[in-house]
Amino acid sequence: MASENTIKIADRVSDAQRSAVDILCAHCGLPVPRGLIEVGRGEQFCCHGCEAVYRVIHQMGLDSYYRLKQRRGGTQQPAKTTGAGYAAFDHEAFVTRCCEDRPDGLRCTAFYLEGVHCAACLWLVEKLPGVVPGVVESRLNMHKSMVRLTWDPKRVDLSKIAAALDSLGYPPHPARDVAVGAVVTRENRRELVRIGVAGAAVGNAMILAICLYAGYFTGIEDQYRTLFRWVGMGIALVALIWPGSVFFRGAWSAIRTRTPHMDLPIAIGLAAGGVAGVVNTVRGDGEVYFDSLTVLVFLLLVGRAIQRRQQRRAADAVEQLFRLTPVSARLVSGEVVTEVPIEALEQGDTVELMAGESVPVDGEVVRGSSEVDESLLTGESCPICVAVGDPVHAGSVNLSSMLRVRVRETGERTRVGALMSLVEESTRDKAPVAQAADRLAGWFVGVVLAVAAATFAFWLWLDPGRAADHTVALLIVACPCALGLATPLTLAVAIGRAARRGVLIKGGAALERMARCGTILLDKTGTVTLGKTSLVRWFGDDGVKALAAAVEAHSSHRIARAMCESLGAPDDGDDVADVLQSGAGGISARVNGQSVLIGSSEYVDQGVDRVPDWAADAIGQIAGEGLTPVLIAVEGEVLAVAGFGDALRPDARQAVDALGRMGWRMGMVSGDHNEVVDRAAKELGLSPDDTHGGVMPEQKVELVHRYSKLGPVVMVGDGVNDAAALAAATVGIAVHGGAEASLAAADIYLSRPGLTPIIGLIKASRQVIGGIRRGLGVSLAYNAVGVSLAAMGLINPLVAAVLMPISSLTVLALAVSNRAFMGEGDER
Amino acid sequence: MSVIYLVLPLAILLAGVFVAAFIWATRSGQYDDMDSPAVRMLNDDDEPGEGR
Repeated sequence: MASENTIKIADRVSDAQRSAVDILCAHCGLPVPRGLIEVGRGEQFCCHGCEAVYRVIHQMGLDSYYRLKQRRGGTQQPAKTTGAGYAAFDHEAFVTRCCEDRPDGLRCTAFYLEGVHCAACLWLVEKLPGVVPGVVESRLNMHKSMVRLTWDPKRVDLSKIAAALDSLGYPPHPARDVAVGAVVTRENRRELVRIGVAGAAVGNAMILAICLYAGYFTGIEDQYRTLFRWVGMGIALVALIWPGSVFFRGAWSAIRTRTPHMDLPIAIGLAAGGVAGVVNTVRGDGEVYFDSLTVLVFLLLVGRAIQRRQQRRAADAVEQLFRLTPVSARLVSGEVVTEVPIEALEQGDTVELMAGESVPVDGEVVRGSSEVDESLLTGESCPICVAVGDPVHAGSVNLSSMLRVRVRETGERTRVGALMSLVEESTRDKAPVAQAADRLAGWFVGVVLAVAAATFAFWLWLDPGRAADHTVALLIVACPCALGLATPLTLAVAIGRAARRGVLIKGGAALERMARCGTILLDKTGTVTLGKTSLVRWFGDDGVKALAAAVEAHSSHRIARAMCESLGAPDDGDDVADVLQSGAGGISARVNGQSVLIGSSEYVDQGVDRVPDWAADAIGQIAGEGLTPVLIAVEGEVLAVAGFGDALRPDARQAVDALGRMGWRMGMVSGDHNEVVDRAAKELGLSPDDTHGGVMPEQKVELVHRYSKLGPVVMVGDGVNDAAALAAATVGIAVHGGAEASLAAADIYLSRPGLTPIIGLIKASRQVIGGIRRGLGVSLAYNAVGVSLAAMGLINPLVAAVLMPISSLTVLALAVSNRAFMGEGDER
Repeated sequence: MSVIYLVLPLAILLAGVFVAAFIWATRSGQYDDMDSPAVRMLNDDDEPGEGR
C-alpha cells in the first residue's frame, strides 16, 4: 500500500543525498536501498517487512530489542512477515495432531520459527506472554529455532499467537514430529548419562590403577593391593554393565543378524577382560585390567556420541527445511473461504490457490486459468497452462493467477504420494553397505581369536599355569579401541566441516561410498539448470534491450519478468505510455514516442509488414533448442529475437568438466522433453549415450540400477520425480531448492546453490577414506605389536596400560588433522 | 595407612553423589539446550538503560 508512495517520494530525493554514506535500516541494520530512502523521516527501512516489524515492536513497547541487539551484536537480516491468517491452527484436526492438552486446562505446542538469528530474538520471542494475553509461557531453543508455547485456549486462539509471532518477524511453522523429537531427546539424555557414568568410572578406576602400578614398582602390602583390586573391580563392573551394555547389545544383534559389526570384537575384548579380571581378583593372583576396560568404554562412547551429534546437526538442518512446507489450504464452502489443515480436506472439496502457492492436492481446476510449474514433479522445464477442467497435481506450483481446484485425491493417494511409496521401496531394496571398519572387524575377530587359541595351546604345552594370563593379556591388548574410534571420529570431523561449507551429510557411510569412481547421473531441471525461465539467446540489435525492459516492466507475465531480470532494471528516463497487454500473446506500448511490440511470432506478425529472413532463421533455431522465441519489433520492424528457457547454472559446465577429469562417468536423466535435454547435455559436453530424456520416475530407478552394475552411482537431483532414484542410488545428493521428497530420500543435501560443492564433496570423500584407512592402519599396527608381545608372554600390565591410551591418542590426532573439506575456498 | 579403609569408601560415596546429581540434571532436561540459557540469563527484566 505505502510502497508506491515510498518509491515516488524517493524519486525526488536529490542526487547529493543518493551518493551519501549508506543509510542503515532501523530494524535490521542493513543498508537501505537508495530508492527506498524517505526524506525527512527519522527511521529508514530496507524493506517493507522491516518497517512493519519495527512498528509492531514499537507499539508493543518492546524497544529494548534494539538496544539488546546493538549490544549483543546480532547478525543482520531483513525481517520477514507473511501476514498470513493462520486460521488453520485453530482447526480441530490441527489441535489433535500438533497440540498437547495439559491437565490444568492449558495447551502446549511447538513451532519452528523462521528468522531467529541472535540473542535479541530470544528476548523478543520470550516476551510473548506480556504481549499476547493468554500466553502463559514461551521458551525458545535458539539452536533449533524451536519455540515451545503454553497458552490458555479459553483466553486466546493459537491463530492469534501465531499471527503475533508473524508480525514480530518470525513466521511460525508447526513442528511436525514432536513425538520423534521427544524420542531423540530421550535418547540424547540416555547417551549423556552413559558417558557421564563411564567418565566417573574412568576417573576413579585410574586413581586406583595408579596406586597399583606404584605398588608394582615400590612394593605394596597385600591387604591394600587386595582392597584396591576389589574396589577397582566394583567400579569396572558398573562401567561394563551400565554404559558398556551398549556394546554387548550391539554385538548380540550382530551375531543374530550375522553381519560383522565393530561392536563384536569390542564386546569380546570387554567380556574377556572383565571375566579374567574378576577371576584374578577373586583368587588374588594374576593381572587385572579394570582401568583399561573403563577407559575403553568411555572413549568409544565419546567417539560415537561426537559422530552422532554431527550427523544429527546435519539432519536437523534438513528437517528445518521440511517445516517450511505448507500444511494448510484455503477451503471454499459457498462463498466463505476458511483456512484448514490439509489433512481435513476431503474428495469433492474446493480449495483456493493464490499465485505462488504450491498445490496441496490432486484435483481439477473449476475456476480461473493460470500457469502451473510441474518441474519438481515431472522434470518438465516449461510451465503448463491450465484452465477450467484441466487436472493439477499436488507438489506443483501455481505461478500466475488465482485458481479454484476441486479435490480428487489427497495425501498418499496423490501422484506425489505414489512417488513417495516408490521411494520407500527403493530405500528398502538398497543393500546395506557395511562401513570399512565393520568389514575389517569381521576379519579382525577371526584373526585375534585364532592367535589367542594358538597362544593358549602353546603356553598350555610350555607352562600351563600362565596360559590363561597370557591369553587374556593378548585379548585385552588386541581390543580394538583405536579401531573403534578411527572411523567415527574421522567422519564426525568431516561432517562438521562439510556443514559449515553448505554440504549437509545425513550419514557418514555416504562419504565412504563415494571414494571409488563410478557414474554421476544428473537431473536436468533445477539441478544443472536454474529451474526458472530466463533469457538464453539474443539475436539482433542490442540497443533494443533497454526499450524491451522498459515495456516489460509493466507486465507480470512469466516471460516479461524473466526479461526484466535478465536485462536489468529499466532506465527511469524512458516515457512509457499506452501499454496494452493481449492475454499471454504479447504486449504493445509507446516508448519515447516509438511504438514497441513484444511477443510470440503470431502476435508480432499481425503488427509488422514482414518478418525478415534472419529473424525467421533465429526463430527456427530457438525453437529447435526447445526454447520459447520472443520477437521485439519497433515501429513495425522486427529488430531482435530473444530465446527464453531454463538456463544452465553458471557453474554447471565447470563442475561437470572437473568431475569428468576426476574419472567419473557423467550422465543425465531427466523427465523433460528429449530435445531440451539433448541441448543441455550438449552444452555440458555429456556423451549422448549417457543422456536420457523423457524418463519417468520408475525408469530413473531402472537407469540407476543399470549403471550401478558398473560401479557406484551418485544421483544428483532436486525433484519429487528424482526422489526414488536418489534413494536407489549408491549416494543420493539433493541440490539447493529441491523438493521435500528429494531431501528425505537423499543422503546428502547441498544447502548452497550450484554444483561446485559436489567436486569438494568427492575430493573430501577420498580424503576421509584415506584418513580412516590411516587410522585403522595405525591401530592395527599397535595391535599387531601388542598381540605378538602378548603371544610371546612379554606383556606386563604397565606395557598394556601405556599401549592402550597411546594408540587411542594417535588415532584421535590423525582424525582431527584430516584435511577433508579444508581445501581452497573454505570459509572459516 | 588403615585410614584408607575409611577414606576410600567415602571417596566412592562422594563420587556416587556427584554421578547421581549429574544423572538427575540430565534427566530433568538441563543439558537439552546448551545455547539458549546462556543468552537468556543476560536478558533479565531490569535492563540497564531501560526507562531512561
